[in-house]
Amino acid sequence: MTAQTHPLAASSRRGFLAGAAAIAGGFSLGFRIPFAEEAAAQGAASLPPEVNAWVVIRPDETVVIRIARSEMGQGTLTGLAQLVAEELGCDWNKVVTEYPTPGQNVARGRVWGDFGTGGSRGIRESHEYVRKGGAAARMMLVEAAAKDWGVPAAECRVERGTITHAATGRTTTYGAVAGEAAKITPPKDIVLKDPKDWTIAGKPLKRLDTLEKVDGSQIYGIDLTLPGMLNAAVKDCPVTGGTVKSFDAKAVEGMPGVKKVVQVGDSGVAVIADTFWRAKTALDALPIVWDDGPNGKVSSADIAAMLAEGLDAKEAYIGNKGGDVEGALKGAAKVVEATYGVPFQNHATMEPMNATVVWTPERCEAWAPTQNGEAALAAVAEAAGLSATKCDVHKIHLGGGFGRRGATHDWLRQAVTIAKEMPGTPVKMIWTREEDMLHGRYHPVTQCRMRASLDDKGNLTGLHMRISGQSILASVAPNRMVDGKDPVVFQGLNPSGPEAAIGYAIPNILVDHAMRNPHILPGFWRGVNMNPNAIYLECFMDELAHAAGQDPLAFRLKLMGNHPKHRAVLQAAADKAGWDTKPAAGIHRGLAQMMGFGSYVAAVAEVSVDDGKVKVHRIVAATDCGHALNPQQIEAQIGGSFVYGLSAALYQECTVKDGRIEQTNFDTYPVMRLDEMPVVESIIMPSGGFWGGVGEPTIAVAAPAVLNAIFAATGKRVRQMPVKNTDLRQA
Amino acid sequence: MIRLNLNGAVREVDAEPDTPLLWVIREQAGLTGTKYGCGIAQCGACTVHIDGVAVRSCSMPVSSVTPDQKIVTIEGLSPDRSHPVQKAWAALDVPQCGFCQTGMIMASAALLAQNPHPSEAEIRSEITNICRCGTYSRVLAGIQLAAQGGETGRG
Repeated sequence: MTAQTHPLAASSRRGFLAGAAAIAGGFSLGFRIPFAEEAAAQGAASLPPEVNAWVVIRPDETVVIRIARSEMGQGTLTGLAQLVAEELGCDWNKVVTEYPTPGQNVARGRVWGDFGTGGSRGIRESHEYVRKGGAAARMMLVEAAAKDWGVPAAECRVERGTITHAATGRTTTYGAVAGEAAKITPPKDIVLKDPKDWTIAGKPLKRLDTLEKVDGSQIYGIDLTLPGMLNAAVKDCPVTGGTVKSFDAKAVEGMPGVKKVVQVGDSGVAVIADTFWRAKTALDALPIVWDDGPNGKVSSADIAAMLAEGLDAKEAYIGNKGGDVEGALKGAAKVVEATYGVPFQNHATMEPMNATVVWTPERCEAWAPTQNGEAALAAVAEAAGLSATKCDVHKIHLGGGFGRRGATHDWLRQAVTIAKEMPGTPVKMIWTREEDMLHGRYHPVTQCRMRASLDDKGNLTGLHMRISGQSILASVAPNRMVDGKDPVVFQGLNPSGPEAAIGYAIPNILVDHAMRNPHILPGFWRGVNMNPNAIYLECFMDELAHAAGQDPLAFRLKLMGNHPKHRAVLQAAADKAGWDTKPAAGIHRGLAQMMGFGSYVAAVAEVSVDDGKVKVHRIVAATDCGHALNPQQIEAQIGGSFVYGLSAALYQECTVKDGRIEQTNFDTYPVMRLDEMPVVESIIMPSGGFWGGVGEPTIAVAAPAVLNAIFAATGKRVRQMPVKNTDLRQA
Repeated sequence: MIRLNLNGAVREVDAEPDTPLLWVIREQAGLTGTKYGCGIAQCGACTVHIDGVAVRSCSMPVSSVTPDQKIVTIEGLSPDRSHPVQKAWAALDVPQCGFCQTGMIMASAALLAQNPHPSEAEIRSEITNICRCGTYSRVLAGIQLAAQGGETGRG
């Protein structure tokens, strides 16, 4: 080993390699484990120098940038690399990326910070320290060259990985000095570039992960193959809270390929076989008797009644309060009231849940498509019955995440539990689509009753929003609740502030939440509570505008004087859509705006409704995300957000009968397809000075913009999602 | 043993006759570019070509494929990502998570093989694969770009 590598890193690399070899007799993996490839290629004695935790530069000038967050389609991998590369001053064409493991992060004092990839936080929460990582590496590389030349570092210039000292005419490259640079004490004072000087960040660069995705060579978790690996199919009790009563393993033990039939915790059964298909075939043939437990009779109607009760409940957690709403309602010239609601929805990632695990009594390693490597490591350690230092997780790009693969690693615990039945043998567990649909962590179910007061001039004087329903945090992260309250419930409805703030100044306002938690488990679902809250607020604002006899845009703008960023995106979308022009015959418009995940978003939808069938023709969407790191990827996120948001609003619901989810696959849980894809025109209008997310916010405005356009087209208010349940045909 | 013509090579695989072609391709043949998404021919992530026609391999028993039928998977579409659809996909950065994209590319390539210059309406009605990331706008643009024989369109 060259002396340049950080000593802790060196030991963790060697430790990992030794551990992997010990448990599996020396894997020859079909895909790369971070760091192992270099070690294997060059021998553990000559790892390329790590300039710092973020940057490794190989002698051939390849720049390896370490990425702590997970890539699941949202483009974070490329965006974070752009930030490091910008400050590093390297040649972008020489950049490759790799994931450190959470075990390495723990061993190195969390040098890579948070691995969590959710809440559109990948870039907005790490941009500063990853840029500093790139800048520090550049300073060390320059200093190494300057030292060698005996010139002041300040006189050296960097361009695309080449360092020059003009006065003496000397030139060298990052690859040539990386070894010496790694010995230099990291700088303390780091000045980051002014964004106006960016040449890599802020540019519409191509993604770094596209080529593997067009020829099938990208390995997802479901594709992983390890030597000697077995496959497992699993069924968990279809009713949350239920258990396995009995199963008849003998009935399937002689089927082709079957190795073992095992119970998985209290509630699951798995078949382990040589191939997944044989495991699944045997599992389907396996007689299993479930004990449905206390929730076995619950239906959607029961849950609806539970939420309806909350709409009238006396006690509720307050999320936003100002003035005297009841007083305003009493003195109103007109009171408007409406109740809206959203159903459970499954994330339905294209790649179903899966993980591959090797367990021995001494060590456990998992290969997992996870949105949060460190949470995955904790789940593995717990399920393995080992300390975290004896476990590690190798992250793999996700075939979609959308929030399903970050906060809860139920699927990973299952995989570990199954692998424990086969010590020393890698076991890949794959959920069928049906298993995935039945065991989601669903978009929480809520209802919202709104009452508002208008004065005799049609001004909005008071608004009460009573949200009744499920709390994600109560199920997923109770430690993040505040005095029993789940603050996430109020996303987009918060008082003025930097995050998820309501965009209207309403003199008397009350937003409160009657928490009602059914047994169906909730999770963070792309866009989270901002989605239903945008439907509630923005559809009701539309109702109020009509009740006041005012244009929906003008009605809103009057209330937005103190919210210039909210106002600017709404105005921009309206202007580009031609809000003040007459749409083509049969086309009707609706609009919506919202703020969350640090960004301001608005949309105008153009819709026709023909014989009750909704067609979304065109959407104009505006986003102010502060800094726009890669505009072409932001455009892709905006376009995709409408597919995700409109699939949900128009079609998707998970209903409950006999305690279990009824929808089992894409035939009963439809997704918008290409034939329905509207033209999406994006306005990316970064106003600078802050960093907002882009993976989620736009989803929130998709539904209300279209719902308001449906009203414009039909005169009918759809207040319960999904739209397909409402007959929109004209009588 | 079942004999298959897979990406131009004849292979013998050991699988039960009712095993879906998808799982034989993935598990017995070890070609994992073809994806499992639903198992009921809804999503199209498993799309391969049989004698040039796009089929959803998750719902086709391997026994229904004869040894002389030519199966092509994403790995066999081109040796070097040089198929016009692959080039267009790279030029436009179509994939997001990418999981559905190999099926999307195979469906698009089959469409263009049969209809080299499809109208937008034809593309919209013929490509019925599901993408949860919502890449449809670029899928549409990618097929149009491939149909024009172009390779670039975006900076």
